[in-house]
Amino acid sequence: MTTTVGDMPPGAEANEPQEDVYGVGGEEAEGHVYTVTGQDWDQLVSEHAERGDERIVVNMGPQHPSTHGVLRLILEMEGESITEARCGIGYLHTGIEKNMEFRNWTQGVTFCTRMDYLSPLFSETTYCLGVERLLDIEDQIPEKAKVIRVMLMELNRISSHLVCIATGGMEIGALTVMTIGFREREKVLDVFELITGLRMNHGYIRPGGVAQDLPKGALKKVRELIGWMKKHLPEYAAFCNENPIFKGRLCDVGYLDLAGCMALGITGPPLRSTGFDWDLRKKQPYCDYETYDFEVQTWDTPDAYGRFRIRLNEMWESLKIIEQCVERLEKMQGDPIMVRDAKIAWPAQLSIGADGLGNSNEHIKHIMGESMEALIHHFKLVTEGFRVPPGQAYVPVESPRGELGAHVVSDGGTRPFRAHFRDPSFTNLQAMPAMCEGSMVSDVVVAVASLDPVMGGVDR
Amino acid sequence: MSEKTRPEDLHKESDADARVKGAVPEGESEPDAETKPEMLTGSEPGVSSADVQATTGGTEVVAAEPTPEVLATRKGMFGVTGTGDTSGFGGLTRTIEFPSPSSPPFGGWWDSVYERMAELVPSYSDVITKVVIHRGEITFHVAREHLTELVQHLRDDAYLRFEFCSSVSGVHYPADSGQELHAVYHLQSMTHNRRIRLEVSAPDSDPHIPSVVATYPTADWHERETYDMFGIVFDGHPALTRILMPDDWPGHPQRKDYPLGGVPVEYKGATIPPPEQRRTYS
Repeated sequence: MTTTVGDMPPGAEANEPQEDVYGVGGEEAEGHVYTVTGQDWDQLVSEHAERGDERIVVNMGPQHPSTHGVLRLILEMEGESITEARCGIGYLHTGIEKNMEFRNWTQGVTFCTRMDYLSPLFSETTYCLGVERLLDIEDQIPEKAKVIRVMLMELNRISSHLVCIATGGMEIGALTVMTIGFREREKVLDVFELITGLRMNHGYIRPGGVAQDLPKGALKKVRELIGWMKKHLPEYAAFCNENPIFKGRLCDVGYLDLAGCMALGITGPPLRSTGFDWDLRKKQPYCDYETYDFEVQTWDTPDAYGRFRIRLNEMWESLKIIEQCVERLEKMQGDPIMVRDAKIAWPAQLSIGADGLGNSNEHIKHIMGESMEALIHHFKLVTEGFRVPPGQAYVPVESPRGELGAHVVSDGGTRPFRAHFRDPSFTNLQAMPAMCEGSMVSDVVVAVASLDPVMGGVDR
Repeated sequence: MSEKTRPEDLHKESDADARVKGAVPEGESEPDAETKPEMLTGSEPGVSSADVQATTGGTEVVAAEPTPEVLATRKGMFGVTGTGDTSGFGGLTRTIEFPSPSSPPFGGWWDSVYERMAELVPSYSDVITKVVIHRGEITFHVAREHLTELVQHLRDDAYLRFEFCSSVSGVHYPADSGQELHAVYHLQSMTHNRRIRLEVSAPDSDPHIPSVVATYPTADWHERETYDMFGIVFDGHPALTRILMPDDWPGHPQRKDYPLGGVPVEYKGATIPPPEQRRTYS
């Protein structure tokens, strides 16, 4: 953590220029810079005991346990109150969007799943919905693939909200909320591992459907998870809802009303905490969300506490949707999970052989021994990919953090011409100054946590 | 599609034949053949439907000839140039065309939005250069000098009320000479549950587009990102600095002339080139 003060302290050398560690290089710092490395606070304070000026600029982060990842907060403070606050982002920029332009359309999923690492299945879905719209195969997506997508997204919503509540709790000292939050999340990730093969970075939802059918025992496992959640979700309410310390830290903190949300483009729980029931699952349904029975959760206090309660309630609504998905999936044993069009659908499903996971023996036999055309077809589709008609599409979905959309542009080739993700974390983080200026430094942590930014999504 | 449509007709009935296949306005069910466009939007505060009809009288809506926009012409099938192609596909020529512009009537609420914009903005044909309807999404191509005025109306007018700007992103079309850089705005009307897209272009030699931050404060970071990635200068932005790349970074990474980079990977004596140098089939 680096601290900058406006004027020289009495003891400092007046003529000694200091380099600005955040500057371009060779730039002189404005005021005196102290680098605080820990256990030297007393010394720093004693040096400043004589000074009356309380104005201080603190760089909180980018490596700070309370900033939800590599987020840098630049706080100008008068004593302990924030007079001005700004965000510094970009520390996790990995050029995912640029990289996608050099891989085929199916491989794009593997990249966008790495953006928002707490809700990867939403990035995959919005990207695939965009590609499917450009391919004009939206009404050919099999029913089962849609139900699997909805089920995984809602499971993902639960796991994402759990991390938000858990880390948000940890940052204000509610460590039990953190431990139980990660315990429940682990159960959800176990289900992901069973269905997609991985705990994160799934690459499971593909243009045209999903990569694999549900493995044996998956629905049983999901049912067990629902039972577990129903037993343990009330614990969060019992720990937090009426806890006076918890309420004292969260109530009226990070206030942002409806007008502020509209101007700053805020969606998700922060918008719904103003009482506005804006949820894309209801307003602009995708993946047949209109056929599921669930309620949009709102709250009447647009503060950190309201957002916490909305997330808690949304997990229950997600459970309701997951139950309906399981009921539907039980009747869909053996149904297709990919579009029929053999020019788009991945040619083979994986199966476990003696030497591990790979193409199924049946398929290998078919392409190697029976049909030359099938071999060519397999080879072309896997190496070259399919072509997407020129045009652009934007199909947003309601991610746990708000409106997540992929602006997908095709030039008729086998690779995305441009894929831009409207990530809700990126947009919502703009509200940080509006929420924090005028408050105490301790409230900044709560306000940022209530926005639940995921830096992988912010920086992409 | 009629060559020329009188504006008052647009209010009376939607022309089912003129509508693009599969083009159903998002967020609303497909309009009944007898449903009048203005009925679809529900109640709209402040302005009565009769007022709109009265004011449209003088506006001339000229239907443009649909000419598809040719992006590129590609030859061959396998992305190989300069070597003898024995596959027989070498002589194949494909023309890459972007969806062609549409002319009114578009159907559904699209017409009412289009007409309302025409009423509010003088010299409308200079402002909206092209309307493209593709896959159920509507895109208005806007001349950059009129952008700020138009978005102000889009946000504030009770009929339009696109109060929410979802995102601003850039696209670089090196082949589209004279307008290589495009900025794409996704606007959402939460009041009417409608979504439109604005597209503004600027040439590489003069990469300036006016900023919409005064109307949509949320565009602040989005425009900074687009500047960072494409070098589009948003005039009037309060602090147009880089946001994702370091402050002293040279170049704008998402432009098509900016290389991806990467190193070749060796495995058991064979070398796999970096993604950028691999064969492209486009």
